[in-house]
Amino acid sequence: MEMVTLTIDNKKVRVPKGYTVLQAAREAKIEIPTLCFLKDINEIGACRMCLVEIKGAKKLETACVYPVSEGMEVYTQTPQVREARKVTLELILSNHDRSCLTCVRSGNCELQKLAEQLQIEELPYEGETHKRPLDNFSPSIIRDPNKCILCRRCVSMCKEVQTVAVIDVIERGFDTIISPIYEKSLNEVPCVNCGQCITVCPVGALREKNDTEKVWDALAAEDLHVIAVTAPAIRAALGEEFGFPMGTPVTSNMITALHNLGFDKVFDVDTAADLTIMEEGTELLNRIKEGGKLPLITSCSPGWIKFCEHNFPEFLDNLSTCKSPQQMFGAVLKTVYAERMGIDPAKIFVVSIMPCTAKKFEAKRPEMTSSGYPDIDVVLTTRELARMIKEAGIDFNETTRQHFDDPMGDASGAGVIFGATGGVMEAALRTVAEVITGQPLSSLDFTEVRGVEGIKEATVDVGEMEIKAAVAHGLGNARKLLERVKSGEAKYHFIEIMACPGGCVAGGGQPIQPSQVRSWIDIRSERANALYKEDKKLPIRKSHENPTVQRLYDIYFSSPGSPKAHELLHTHYTPRENYPEE
Amino acid sequence: MSSTCSCSKEFVDEREERLTEVIEKYRGVRGALIPVLHEAQEIYGYLPFHVQKRISEEMQIPMGEIYGVITFYTQFSLEPKGEYQIQVCLGTACYVKGANLILEKFKEKLGIDVGGCTEDGKFSLQACRCVGACGLAPVVMINEDVYGGLKPSEVEKILKKYQ
Ligand code: SF4
Ligand code: SF4
Ligand code: SF4
Ligand code: FES
Repeated sequence: MEMVTLTIDNKKVRVPKGYTVLQAAREAKIEIPTLCFLKDINEIGACRMCLVEIKGAKKLETACVYPVSEGMEVYTQTPQVREARKVTLELILSNHDRSCLTCVRSGNCELQKLAEQLQIEELPYEGETHKRPLDNFSPSIIRDPNKCILCRRCVSMCKEVQTVAVIDVIERGFDTIISPIYEKSLNEVPCVNCGQCITVCPVGALREKNDTEKVWDALAAEDLHVIAVTAPAIRAALGEEFGFPMGTPVTSNMITALHNLGFDKVFDVDTAADLTIMEEGTELLNRIKEGGKLPLITSCSPGWIKFCEHNFPEFLDNLSTCKSPQQMFGAVLKTVYAERMGIDPAKIFVVSIMPCTAKKFEAKRPEMTSSGYPDIDVVLTTRELARMIKEAGIDFNETTRQHFDDPMGDASGAGVIFGATGGVMEAALRTVAEVITGQPLSSLDFTEVRGVEGIKEATVDVGEMEIKAAVAHGLGNARKLLERVKSGEAKYHFIEIMACPGGCVAGGGQPIQPSQVRSWIDIRSERANALYKEDKKLPIRKSHENPTVQRLYDIYFSSPGSPKAHELLHTHYTPRENYPEE
Repeated sequence: MSSTCSCSKEFVDEREERLTEVIEKYRGVRGALIPVLHEAQEIYGYLPFHVQKRISEEMQIPMGEIYGVITFYTQFSLEPKGEYQIQVCLGTACYVKGANLILEKFKEKLGIDVGGCTEDGKFSLQACRCVGACGLAPVVMINEDVYGGLKPSEVEKILKKYQ
């Protein structure tokens, strides 16, 4: 690699050619303030917060996009630089709705932090402001244009990474706004509710629909049996909201906190993930044996499902008919569980804690009521749960509860890794391989499908059969993979797709890490590691060995794919038009 | 807003065909969006939703990007424009001198909203930001004609001049 040497604030640093001044400064342990910059996602030099002086240059330059060169002399703290940055920030703040006291991002806001860091004590000018309406019609996402600083990170995420492209920069000058066309609500355009725009927003302009009040009410109601079910990815990230290092699994802290909040039962969605594997694995084997529609594509990511309904209707028959683990679990709780425990299903209130904003939409799909009751009553994101724990003043360090409650108990390691990209595939392969061969696997780790590469492929020999599998995460990668399948360029038996880059661990409902962290640390791998660690530790690592799942088949469903299972655990999909004519 | 309106079917179809030709002409050309929008606007007089949608689907450009470009450049219009384009300035100076009352009067007399166009295609109405003639506030422009120091009661008289 060709290297160049430069000095930053008289500190010598040697970095690869092609680095930006910002990257070089980081190597030299000098922090340059940034606002619009998000590595690999938004490198457009728009906000001018990162101005630096470069010896010989006519004007100040933006460090986040300016390339280094041999012998360059960079100064990051000259009076001119300090003044320019301050003025830039003051201008941004002057027409910002500065209601920090009531803002969901207060304390975790990149703009607020900059104002503190640059010691803005008063604003010399009061800019003209728009008072724009809040877009809160989507079941998942709230847009507050008054808080938007036009950094465009969300646009890059939605358009370039996810290829959904429902928000863009519209109008111009003072009227510029980030919005869907005709300033429609996100609810009226083909937004898939993935929430990735929220996780990149530096401020409080995008957030999830807050459903915590409904949960407080349920917890306070005397006659309700309130159950919390938690997705695998929660334990891998919830700790970040309470100061734990990234990648620390906090399973028992979480279970304890949920009980302290007053939930009657705390169950693990991974149990339902194991159930999903039984159903989906059977579906795969049947389709292969009976010449059914292939490739079979996973259906647990509701952002992906809506994307498919809008953009790839020709693949709807390829989707597994399995409901997602969340919905399966709800259906089981309101039928088998209600019956066995002697509780009126009308009095069971299921709160699912998800790393995902699209799950809020999924839970409201009209077809998700096969028991006669909504499978799931409320979906909370990881962030909403953290807020409830903080509001209740609960000590998150307490770990008096080590296990999920009976009768569902702890799940298998296969269920746990559902939260990372490739996890569903790996879990399915573990089970399918053993079912086909009737032999225990010598190694349970299918490492080809792990990791953060956009599209992963594996060919697995099981008995006489060769299963060709592919994994895509992030909708842009999903689109690429599907185009390949469509053109006949690639052939698979089984495809796993997750809407969010990295899978659920980096879902749109997970704790938000500022650019200063996520530009330099791969949060997807850090959090996934927590899940793989937990999987390794669990006594049971295969879905078909989960005793609760075995019992559910014994007492209720009889076998995977049975009529009863179909009634409660499977669903169907509908093509959706993208921009219907009004 | 539908292309199946039977009364003007032939007319609409002819425009649709011309749009097809334009899209074909620019197929595979980089940076073609702006010229395509230009020619589409020449065909339709403005850029209605269904035209944006066809361009989006056939050129594989997201709707948001198309809409963003249309609203960025003043040369493009989302609304039909009348033979006479009325612009009421709502800049601060005009506003304090009652420009909003004048705007209301135009709306009432023409029976259209801001952004709308009368059915006979004669007048369209827009509100605009400061036109830089604050000394004349409140200011209204009709095509090239500038009217200053207007009172709501004068609106009717002015419209008559163009009828
Ligand atoms: S976005 Fe940040 S600066 Fe703006 S009100 Fe919220 S916390 Fe305060
Ligand atoms: S939720 Fe996803 S699809 Fe919807 S606007 Fe945000 S990034 Fe785009
Ligand atoms: S909504 Fe957030 S991410 Fe999007 S442009 Fe505004 S401030 Fe940036
Ligand atoms: S211009 Fe560099 S961070 Fe925005």
